[in-house]
Amino acid sequence: MIAYLEFEKPVAQLEARIAELRLAAEGDDVDISGELSRLEKKSASLLASTYAALTPWQKTQVARHPSRPHFRDFVEHAFEEFVPLGGDRLYGEDEAILGGFASLGGRRVMLIGHEKGHDTQSRIRHNFGMGKPEGYRKAIRLMELAGRFGLPVVTLVDTSGAFPGVEAEERGQAEAIARSTEACLALPVPMVATIVGEGGSGGAVALASAERVVMFEHAVYSVISPEGCASILWRTAEKAPDAAEAMKVTAQQLLQLKIIDRIVQEPKGGAHRDPVEAAQSLGRIIGEELDALSGKTSAELRQQREERYLQIGTL
Amino acid sequence: MNWISRVRNSLPFLPKRETPDNLWIKCPKCHEMLFQQDYEDNWRVCQHCEHHGRLGADRRLQLLLDDGFSMLPQPEVREDPLKFRDSKKYVDRLKAARAANPHRDAFSVGSGNIDNRPAVVGVQDFHFMGGSMGMAVGQAFCAGAQEALDRGCAYIVVTAAGGARMQEGILSLMQMPKATVMTRRLKSAGLPYIVVLTDPTTGGVTASYAMLGDVHIAEPDALIGFAGQRVIQDTIRESLPEGFQRAEYLHKHGMVDMVVHRNRLRETLATVLDYLQPAKAA
Repeated sequence: MIAYLEFEKPVAQLEARIAELRLAAEGDDVDISGELSRLEKKSASLLASTYAALTPWQKTQVARHPSRPHFRDFVEHAFEEFVPLGGDRLYGEDEAILGGFASLGGRRVMLIGHEKGHDTQSRIRHNFGMGKPEGYRKAIRLMELAGRFGLPVVTLVDTSGAFPGVEAEERGQAEAIARSTEACLALPVPMVATIVGEGGSGGAVALASAERVVMFEHAVYSVISPEGCASILWRTAEKAPDAAEAMKVTAQQLLQLKIIDRIVQEPKGGAHRDPVEAAQSLGRIIGEELDALSGKTSAELRQQREERYLQIGTL
Repeated sequence: MNWISRVRNSLPFLPKRETPDNLWIKCPKCHEMLFQQDYEDNWRVCQHCEHHGRLGADRRLQLLLDDGFSMLPQPEVREDPLKFRDSKKYVDRLKAARAANPHRDAFSVGSGNIDNRPAVVGVQDFHFMGGSMGMAVGQAFCAGAQEALDRGCAYIVVTAAGGARMQEGILSLMQMPKATVMTRRLKSAGLPYIVVLTDPTTGGVTASYAMLGDVHIAEPDALIGFAGQRVIQDTIRESLPEGFQRAEYLHKHGMVDMVVHRNRLRETLATVLDYLQPAKAA
């Protein structure tokens, strides 16, 4: 049973009605299949039209949906193999950022990404996907390893932001993020970054400074959370929907601004309605992107990456 | 308006004196009254408590560079492609900031010498929209780095910013990798990149070019951090440690090499530059 979002209420009512009918029809002779199929059609088209017209704020909610597929789901349904690697060799192991060797359609890659967790226990263990310095330093270590052994790097970005805490500051959160961004830019191998849920600020950029950036249809990517932006500029977090609108956080807007290169379609009604299909679509597109980069030299890859960022803002 | 003029103006029996109302200022830290001219002459350091006030870009360049340095032109960038507005339009905020500041945006670059050692100095000015990093700041940062590459000399960047410029949304965030492309180029060219962290340096600026220096010098008591203190407090729900995110705290935790008083900043930079001679291309 998936949780419905506020704007999905009409869909929820229809789906509840369908479920009721089904239950009532059990063991009954009355043929309601006509009514059922009419309702199902109506519900499907309502879901499709709702999701075709999501506002930036609604997309933010979809991107944060509790049932949205995360790192482990993508690993399970898009990759044939995953060999997790742990630790930054300096301080500890941060489970908010996972990484390791992975195989995608026979291609060997280094896979790194945020994991938010799927229930209370795992969310706490993964710190809700908010990385600490040791997480970013692990990412750096894995990127450098990938570079030395010619493994392309694939990242799955899904974080509300890097962890804002006392210890994180003490251990150099800012430095870790800066160095992780630097490590992306230095890679001599192809790098494909995917924004799969929330791309939150520096904590996202640290794993997304790639030459190719793809984004799920209903994912969001922004400099600050809509709530954070609203509380600073509007002086109340309640203006988050306005802030989301003003900041241009959706995949469609970011494609237009040339911040991302490609949008990955989600299953109807969002990735959370069919995590397996979502993961397979993502895997297919990552594969295509990797293949397109595979013939390039290190110098060409770095140049493509550098030019991408240097031209942002220029006339 | 400071308290003297406020009191004076509210006393009807005193004739109004024809003096500029900014003759005196109050130290934001110890609250002592300071004669404005003395304060400026002392590079905005309080004579009583040594509090380091925020220095504008032009004064900072004067402080660090030998006379006769040249200013790089402010780069042209795309202006407000997001058509951003909160309670005000971003273009109007920009206009107001430009009217109140000598420069077109928050990052200015001077090219010259520090005690006869060739150097390019980039300065982020908190007075311009909180020093926030947008496309103009990113572009000016890169132009400064390019000037250092062209001259084959050191690049010194004085940071001061609340963080990214929210009104430029994702485009401001992209300045983090953009600036990092240039710090990498300096590194490959064997040129020193030195960061002077001043009050305040936070958010995306800290999490990119402010923390990538070969040497990090901080001014005393400067607020330096990634996350805002209120955000952290809301997360941990307890009070923050004494001196948290101050220059001395960062020094203690290994994030900056030294904390240096403003009146020794130029000589310190000169000494550092003597050791970091541009490497001969291998």
